[in-house]
Amino acid sequence: MEFDFGAVLVDWRLLARGIAWTIGLTAIATLIGMVVGVACAWARSSGPLWLKGIVGAYVELIRNTPFIVQLFFIFFGLPAAGLKLTPETASIIAMVLNLGAYATEIIRAGIEATPKGQIEAAVSLALNKVQVFMRVVLPPALKKVWPAMVSQIIIVMLGSAVCSQISVEDLSYAANLIQSRNFRAFEAFIIATLTYLALSIGLRKLLNWAGPKFFFGR
Amino acid sequence: MNDFSLWDILRNLLLALRWTVVLSLIAFVGGGLVGGALLFVRLRAGTVLERFIGGYVALFQGTPLLMQLFLAYFGIALFGVDVSAWTAAAVALTLYTSAYLTEIWRGCVASIPKGQWEASSSLALTFGEQLRHVVLPQAVKIATAPTVGFLVQVIKGTALASVIGFVELTKAGSMISNATFRPFEVFSCVALLYFGLCFPVSLYAKYLERKTYGRRA
Repeated sequence: MEFDFGAVLVDWRLLARGIAWTIGLTAIATLIGMVVGVACAWARSSGPLWLKGIVGAYVELIRNTPFIVQLFFIFFGLPAAGLKLTPETASIIAMVLNLGAYATEIIRAGIEATPKGQIEAAVSLALNKVQVFMRVVLPPALKKVWPAMVSQIIIVMLGSAVCSQISVEDLSYAANLIQSRNFRAFEAFIIATLTYLALSIGLRKLLNWAGPKFFFGR
Repeated sequence: MNDFSLWDILRNLLLALRWTVVLSLIAFVGGGLVGGALLFVRLRAGTVLERFIGGYVALFQGTPLLMQLFLAYFGIALFGVDVSAWTAAAVALTLYTSAYLTEIWRGCVASIPKGQWEASSSLALTFGEQLRHVVLPQAVKIATAPTVGFLVQVIKGTALASVIGFVELTKAGSMISNATFRPFEVFSCVALLYFGLCFPVSLYAKYLERKTYGRRA
């Protein structure tokens, strides 16, 4: 048994492009997914009853099916119903829907932990409903649940490896392509795996820093 | 050309569903055993082993399950063993599950007040006796809900075994969809079957959680 990591690293351009795709997909999905999560968390905690029902069904449906099946349904299933998507769009939609559902539950937990007195105080200062939610309820709620949110975003990033199965050219696709050329499968996947590990460590650091900075202050 | 009714599709998917269930059970039971052993070592051992196991957990939680499956598939083959998709999937999912379970359980054991350890050791109980009679009975109570909740993750994780050619529900769905040209119906059925499998488990986990912690105000 001998390893030849050089044979894989020679194709560093492919790997770098794969990393860029993985990061890009994750970044877009995180931004939109968080918005979806906040909107659905609001709907689920203070929206009308019918909306609560719909959001609840969406959350449970996503949380109880595998990501790969969601992806296949969107990419292979929806075209049959008349909606054709590129692999990249399908991946982003799947990641957004996935993260959105988990984010809904996470943020809702934070919202529900808001003391009633704070909302009453805000209302008595004549803030309207939107202001109360955006300025009084949401920031401390996000702060409380940020560690869980960061973990979930990392899970979505790692889950995006599956997108290579519908030929999105992300990091795992690059590893697969390289090993199909030089038959160094084990080395290629070791390198990809370690890169994912580095990405998840880096992403955690970045989000731990970015959360307080941009979303909820110190 | 043959025509496939929805029942044909569903029947074949149901046949494949059992392999999803079997693989989930293997991973869950195997992962539980390995995870339990790791927990024991972790509680017992000094800092070096503790760190090592911490690294093991971080490795599995910080990398995609898909890559772990590929590594198991191609990695075991390096030892000259002929690996089937079965073996690779079972090994990878077992290790993956063990990493998560050992971490969940460690948290549960850590939440037992230190005084319980101290009191029991002052009664001259050995480490094994402390675990068996004092710490574990309390820890198990806390651990049940998150452990059942993690079973849902394991079931969903088995879907990735389709990628290395293990014919379970997702792979069967892809094959049937290729044969029938009806991806919309097929993947809807696949999703609903997973939902039917996972949702009761999720509800049960939620029920256990309420039972352990009481309803939140």
